[in-house]
Amino acid sequence: MNGQWLEPILAVLGLVLITLVTRAFFMLPERDLPLPDWLRRGLKYAPLAALAAVIAPELVMSQGALIKTLADARLPAVLCASAYYFWRRGILGTIVVGMAVYLPLHIGLGW
Amino acid sequence: MNLPALRAQLRDPSFRQGASDMLGAGLGVGAWGLVTGVAMVKGGMSTPLALFMSLTVYAGSAQLAVLPLMAAGAPLWVIWLTASCVNLRFVIFSSMWRSYFAHLPRRRRMALGYFSGDVIFVSFMKRYPRPEPEATQLPYFWGAATTNWLAWQIPSVAGIILANAIPLSWGLGFAGVLALLGILLSMLGERSSWLATAVAGSAAVAAFALPLKLNILVAIAAAVAAGLAMESGERALRRARIRLARGGDDEGDA
Repeated sequence: MNGQWLEPILAVLGLVLITLVTRAFFMLPERDLPLPDWLRRGLKYAPLAALAAVIAPELVMSQGALIKTLADARLPAVLCASAYYFWRRGILGTIVVGMAVYLPLHIGLGW
Repeated sequence: MNLPALRAQLRDPSFRQGASDMLGAGLGVGAWGLVTGVAMVKGGMSTPLALFMSLTVYAGSAQLAVLPLMAAGAPLWVIWLTASCVNLRFVIFSSMWRSYFAHLPRRRRMALGYFSGDVIFVSFMKRYPRPEPEATQLPYFWGAATTNWLAWQIPSVAGIILANAIPLSWGLGFAGVLALLGILLSMLGERSSWLATAVAGSAAVAAFALPLKLNILVAIAAAVAAGLAMESGERALRRARIRLARGGDDEGDA
């Protein structure tokens, strides 16, 4: 018997459990877990920080290193998208404007 | 759920509000789902396994992180540890979900947890900034969660099936980054939140070489510390100003 087909299925089942447990973590116990006050106040920065931590490397790094050129389609795209956001406050428009700057530079000029 | 109940749910104004709050970011979520679907198949996964993974795991960042590990035949514990680290931010979010949904039975709390992604969290917290239960929260949550599920799964399945017709070099994944950027900008308010964002972004880049995506946790820890430090600095400044205004004659009070 070879278990070659079994291992990926096991891996996926474990990942399902991880999704469930991490997302429900503090909702699992019946009683409140006591959190110190400073941690409770500090946690309000966590979602913001998680997003910034995911985005920043996507914007200024490639292949694990800081980019060394300004001729990168991501930079003007992010500037225009952010400017649009502060002008109109819409997420949909932010995506559209960013992609409208990014795609021509990336596909057309290879930035 | 039977049909009339489902229809009543779909007509609920809070359900609709939740759904429509998600539409803008839904485009980005969709682009990200498409890219994840394509990447799974191009990374060497069979179509049935990719479909199974997308429909059950339902966590884009974790899926993308473990993809190269699974393709390389890494040990299960490495795969699981990596996914857990990438998902640790959800543990932090769940402590906030608790203040809204602690009164529900555990089975429902677990269902809520499973379907609560990043984007849902952000739009829910914007709609209900006060951490106390309200009757409209549950339909709002399910409106947002349904939209998010569809916005992710439909493109993801399409990406898996059409993998070989969609070139990743176009950079469609960038739309997902832009969606996250829009969400991030919408969360910025007080000065301390700008500082926390700048600190988190720099820390994530500086610590990028860490294994298991631990740079994200380093960034969160640094940002929380910076945010708290700035808060207490501002408090101390305010106290000092009040003391100055009073002429410094009641030094002793708290």
